[in-house]
Amino acid sequence: MSSETKQILTTDGIPLEVSLKKAERKNKIKAFLLVAPLLLFLIITYVFPIGDMLFRSVDDKMVTQMLPKTFKAMETWDGQELPDEEVFAAFHEDFIKLVEDKREGKLSTQLNYTKNGFKSIIKKLRRKSKSFEEGNYKEQIMSVHKRWANVEYWRAIQRRAPEFTGQKYLKGMDMYVNEEGKIVSVEEDRRIHRVLWLRTLEIAFFVTVFCFLMAYPIAHLLATLPMKYSNLLMICVLLPFWTSLLVRTASWMILLQQQGIVNDFFVGIGLVADDNRPEMMYNKTGSYVAMTQILLPFMVLPLYSVMKTISPSLMRAGKSLGGTPFVAFWKVYFPLTIPGIGAGCLLVFILAIGYYITPALVGGASGTLISNQIAFHMKSTLDWSFASAMGLMLLSGVLVIYWLYNKLVGIDNIKLG
Amino acid sequence: MALKKDFVKFDKVDKSYDGKVLVVKDLQLDIEEGEFVTMLGPSGSGKTTCLMMLAGFETPTNGEIYLDGKAISSIPPHKRGIGMVFQNYALFPHMTVYENLAFPLRVRKIPKDEADKKIDKALSMVSLQGFASRMPGQLSGGQQQRVAVARSLVFDPQLVLMDEPLGALDKNLRESMQYEIKHIHENIGVTVVYVTHDQSEALTMSNRIAVFNDGKVQQLSSPDELYEKPVNSFVAEFIGENNTFVGEVSDISGGKCKVKIANTDILANPISVKGKGEKTKISLRPERALINPSDQMDNIHSGKIEEVIYHGDHTRVRINLLGNNQFILKVPNSSANLDIKLGKDIKIGWNSEDARALDPS
Repeated sequence: MSSETKQILTTDGIPLEVSLKKAERKNKIKAFLLVAPLLLFLIITYVFPIGDMLFRSVDDKMVTQMLPKTFKAMETWDGQELPDEEVFAAFHEDFIKLVEDKREGKLSTQLNYTKNGFKSIIKKLRRKSKSFEEGNYKEQIMSVHKRWANVEYWRAIQRRAPEFTGQKYLKGMDMYVNEEGKIVSVEEDRRIHRVLWLRTLEIAFFVTVFCFLMAYPIAHLLATLPMKYSNLLMICVLLPFWTSLLVRTASWMILLQQQGIVNDFFVGIGLVADDNRPEMMYNKTGSYVAMTQILLPFMVLPLYSVMKTISPSLMRAGKSLGGTPFVAFWKVYFPLTIPGIGAGCLLVFILAIGYYITPALVGGASGTLISNQIAFHMKSTLDWSFASAMGLMLLSGVLVIYWLYNKLVGIDNIKLG
Repeated sequence: MALKKDFVKFDKVDKSYDGKVLVVKDLQLDIEEGEFVTMLGPSGSGKTTCLMMLAGFETPTNGEIYLDGKAISSIPPHKRGIGMVFQNYALFPHMTVYENLAFPLRVRKIPKDEADKKIDKALSMVSLQGFASRMPGQLSGGQQQRVAVARSLVFDPQLVLMDEPLGALDKNLRESMQYEIKHIHENIGVTVVYVTHDQSEALTMSNRIAVFNDGKVQQLSSPDELYEKPVNSFVAEFIGENNTFVGEVSDISGGKCKVKIANTDILANPISVKGKGEKTKISLRPERALINPSDQMDNIHSGKIEEVIYHGDHTRVRINLLGNNQFILKVPNSSANLDIKLGKDIKIGWNSEDARALDPS
């Protein structure tokens, strides 16, 4: 009867699998309908914008579409000598059309990203082009400005031909494609992004370390104190969560400034001289202090939730078996808290690496992070494609860390609470 | 080698956690070397506290504990060299069975080949050879328990403490583990102090049992003495089943006393009553009372059967006797037994020696 090949039937003779599917279908549809609004919300507000930003970071269609005929004519150009009349004529035709649409300003901005000096000569070309005669555009355009007769500017235009580009990513690493088409670094005094990347990693790393060192004993206390004290302590840990981030950052400004409370206290106890108050804000110190305090709960909570599950009898067992309190802690307690440590460190590090408001307010020039640079390009230079390129670089950095963590500790070993 | 009489000695030990209530009061307890002593008592009676003081996780508020003649109050737990089995085993979940057993050996810096031998020996003692590379989470409750026992013994401690080690196991497993632990104790001769609230466990395993109540040792004696000759009514009621009569002593003479219960005098064995007029509680084991007794018994009374419960090998009969309607009899289900019917009046008899007149509380 119950041979393995034989299909199992229900009492009514319908195959069991069919019957099961039928019975479960209604529940499945219900379950899907319940999560559908959230799914839609996620797609609209999360997947779509991120996808759009990622696309923007490599999208370079704008120039391609502004100068379609020019790039078509340039296909046969070898880039050694100045292009011939055909290219100039095509460029003129494209340009006239742009002027009619009043879009030549955008072209000048875009080309200026590629090579400095386009802005003024495009403006000049627009003025002069009104009195151009038909034919021999090469001579006429070259006579507008001597840069138009420079082959390097034409090469710069040619470099904008492809629809997609990785140049923003190179720029994020302080690199660019030079005239010969090689990837090179910018001059040393202009390498701002590399400094920022390294500083971001450094600050995120040390904030994680400080958070860990401070959170471990707190979490241990929370997990072992009697209920009435641990509840009070828990409220103290959670209190910052209920306070606005701006308020907390602002209070650090009050505390840390040169005439601030901490400095007053140091002067009061004679630790520092009144005329030699240390700067604790608008530099890295400010970022460290404020970020550590703000991110501390994210370390305490995962640690606490793990420590809560460790039976106190394990430490006792360790001691009764002959381990000194330190050995019992190090060999028994500490390894059991690793899932919490991993979760806390990962959380704090990832939050710190993309931190924005606090470093912007208390970081000063030497304490700002890469996210401040991203915000700068989003708001001030309006170079969104560059901003999103850096955003994507940050995201991939986080993913690399996540991957590393998975290799070293194992992601199943994580415990967030 | 002469075994020391007071290998472990509690000397006037008091313990209080909050400065208001004494959890352990004036504890005097000597434990012989190689002995299996059980601390038995209801929860909150102070037995676990005593064990924790011995292990070093609690400090006595007053008095001193001696181990092998040395005062140990000032010795931290890890230097006492006492093996311990915890209630929930307390196996290190991130270590294999082998690593768990190696832990006490490693901290003692025992060379690896010697340690391996000891671990093998300990695992074979609890019949868990071949389990060395398992993680504790992959073992069943009984196996974890054995590992915990093996770990507490692997470093050859002079004394092993067990804190309700079988509490989390199911009934069958618990019983077989009781015998197993008993046999291990017999084979290696280590001194064991065992804490439990399960009296049958205590009776099965121990050389001597200390019955705790209210922070005090009520009685310290061998299992049979504890059962047959309880010294007070707490012990009589806590250990095994018990029928009680509350009454007043009307006469005492010649090693017997008369106790007046419901206008009837019964003869009893005066244990803690001294004179006439004292209140007393008489304790009588159900198996010591017989139905249709022979005339030699000096107490014969009649009662009415109120309930009959069939138990397979015996029948429990509840009888209303001398105003006590909770009087229990155990009648073996052999052919001789007679028709026990609900509502019937029957004669019940017992010897006055078995009816122990104890304190009235």
